[in-house]
Amino acid sequence: MDAKDILGLPKNSFPALEKKSRPHKESHRKPDGISREVYALTGGLPPLMPSLDSSQLKKKPPSHEKITWQWLPFTNSARKDNLQLYHWVRVVNGVPPTGDYSFAKYNKSVDVVKYTDEEYDKYLTDPMWTKEETNQLFDLCERFDLRFIVIADRFPSSRTIEELKDRYYSVSRAILIARASSSGDVATHPLVKEPYNVTQEIERKRALSMVLSQTRQQERRDEEVVVEAKRIAELRMPAKAVEESQLAASNAVPEVTGRAVPGETASPSNNAQLPPFTLPDNASTIASLRILRVYLRTYALDQMVQATTSSAGPRTVKRIEQTLLDLGVNLKPRVPTKAVCAEHLELRKEMLTLLNLQKQVQYKEAEGSPFCDGSYNEAPGTPKDWTFIPDSMNFGGERVSKKDQKRKGHGHPSSAGHKRPRKKASEF
Amino acid sequence: MSQPLPLKRQGEHDDGAAPIKPSRLKIALSSDDADKKNANKRVKEVEICVPIVYGTSAFYLGRKASESQSHKWTVYVRGASNEDLGVVIKRAVFQLHPSFNNPTRVVESPPFELSECGWGEFEIAITLHFHSDVCDKQLDLYHPLKLYPEDESGPQSTKKPVVVESYDEIVFPEPSEAFIVRVQNHPAVVVPRLPAGLNLPSPVPIETGNEKERGDTKDHPLSQWFLNFSEADELLKLAAARQQVQAHIVKLRRQLSLVEGMPQLSKPPSTYES
Repeated sequence: MDAKDILGLPKNSFPALEKKSRPHKESHRKPDGISREVYALTGGLPPLMPSLDSSQLKKKPPSHEKITWQWLPFTNSARKDNLQLYHWVRVVNGVPPTGDYSFAKYNKSVDVVKYTDEEYDKYLTDPMWTKEETNQLFDLCERFDLRFIVIADRFPSSRTIEELKDRYYSVSRAILIARASSSGDVATHPLVKEPYNVTQEIERKRALSMVLSQTRQQERRDEEVVVEAKRIAELRMPAKAVEESQLAASNAVPEVTGRAVPGETASPSNNAQLPPFTLPDNASTIASLRILRVYLRTYALDQMVQATTSSAGPRTVKRIEQTLLDLGVNLKPRVPTKAVCAEHLELRKEMLTLLNLQKQVQYKEAEGSPFCDGSYNEAPGTPKDWTFIPDSMNFGGERVSKKDQKRKGHGHPSSAGHKRPRKKASEF
Repeated sequence: MSQPLPLKRQGEHDDGAAPIKPSRLKIALSSDDADKKNANKRVKEVEICVPIVYGTSAFYLGRKASESQSHKWTVYVRGASNEDLGVVIKRAVFQLHPSFNNPTRVVESPPFELSECGWGEFEIAITLHFHSDVCDKQLDLYHPLKLYPEDESGPQSTKKPVVVESYDEIVFPEPSEAFIVRVQNHPAVVVPRLPAGLNLPSPVPIETGNEKERGDTKDHPLSQWFLNFSEADELLKLAAARQQVQAHIVKLRRQLSLVEGMPQLSKPPSTYES
């Protein structure tokens, strides 16, 4: 019973009729029958599958037939009992429809192998499995159509899904081979061609769950390892390097915690040469620098800075630069030695952290006291008078800003039990 | 007999299996060449750095100036402490403005510099080529030639040049053993402490053009105008800045944890400012 039945439309009215009318409806004209906006709800394009022919919808049901709907009993051949239920049936001219219950054909089940006791003793014995367990397994398999997760759950003794699968598939395979009149018959059967590999399955599932549970950081690290591997592979031996590093990438994930560069060779060289980086972005920069064979320190610093601030927007970058200038630090170090560059990079990273914290605090405060001056203040992210020293935070009034602090403090429940923040009008 | 390796592969090592030790070339060689090939082994744990200063120094010619030649200038690449760069650099190519005759000037021996007369300012491209055991790739530097002083007041002096210099460091991330061994104790090159257990072959001197002439710039005629580059100042500034930033981070973190701990307040009239 579906919409077509109810409307009395013929079920297979699609072919030629559609083809004629569809093509010229493909153009951008407003389709007839429904307004353009409604049509646009479908995505603005005619649906790929013809759904209902609109012209047919306006038709009236054929008048020469007498249609009635009757509440009649029916049986379902898919059921094993003889349950009789009732439902509405469309009766044409007094003749009810014939045929089985239309959903009975969907009752499919799996052909689970059935072995005799002799066959069991001959082919199927296994040290890890008793006959009883095997029988139980097969019974469950039949009941639950090889849904191993359910089967594993109901299995009386606790066995892993892989073990159950392994037992089931190897028994089936053995029976198949045993019953085949010649080996050639069954050679093409999927069970015979590709037997179930327990260890591989366990490994595969473990890897999958690892990938699923990876934190974003680990994902990033994996990416760079793969990137580095790819680059190295291009330079050196092709196939071998890529394989090895991909394995290393998935294996390195659980072991790497806070190490700068996992790398496919666990070399300590990077840590010895460069200050320890905690952001994974730098690892791929370092890798790409290595490949250059020779580079200028300023270039390297530039790359690192870009890598660090790649996640930040241009406004944040501007703020960092402004802050650097305010503090008297050259945007590009005048004497870019190794130590200076390292300090510079760390400083930038710390500023980024600081800005992020600032934003967080602003958000928290805006959340906490929406009726107060929190809303008066500029929305987070539009710092007009923002200066490096956020005195509006008003920590114990100890530090007075170096610049003009015209901005009113928030009316926030600040730390150290301060009440009203004061207007800071001038510097000392 | 020696087995010639294609140039690209020289000094490369395979990756993957070997964990920590510097990798070895897995190529079967006769024993004569074993030493030579080992010298090309790359050492990953050592980063060699050559601090340089490059720039221009320009004198106004004063009475001797003409329309087309108002200044005499020199572009150069020197060691940051005026040491001889010839130990690392084989030759330097200065690419001048096309209006110059033979705008591509090659300098085959240190000191790597070039003098010319002219009237215009333009960008000079300097390409450094290194000795074969150092690096087979070249490095490009760019420097804008400056003839006129910042302070435009008053007549130009013929005595004091307009000097613009940039400090930088050439970094070799994976130097070959031969290179390390050759420059280990050279004042122009910064070689970090070598990891223990590194067996280096004996040094092989490279061919240089003029062994006799000095390549360093310690007594260079222009040396009195060379700028000073000391990392101390910059380090101090950076350290101070970092301290400030870190202090603020700590404060903000504290504040953040307090704000988070506080319950949501609605309309506290005492803090509402009109």
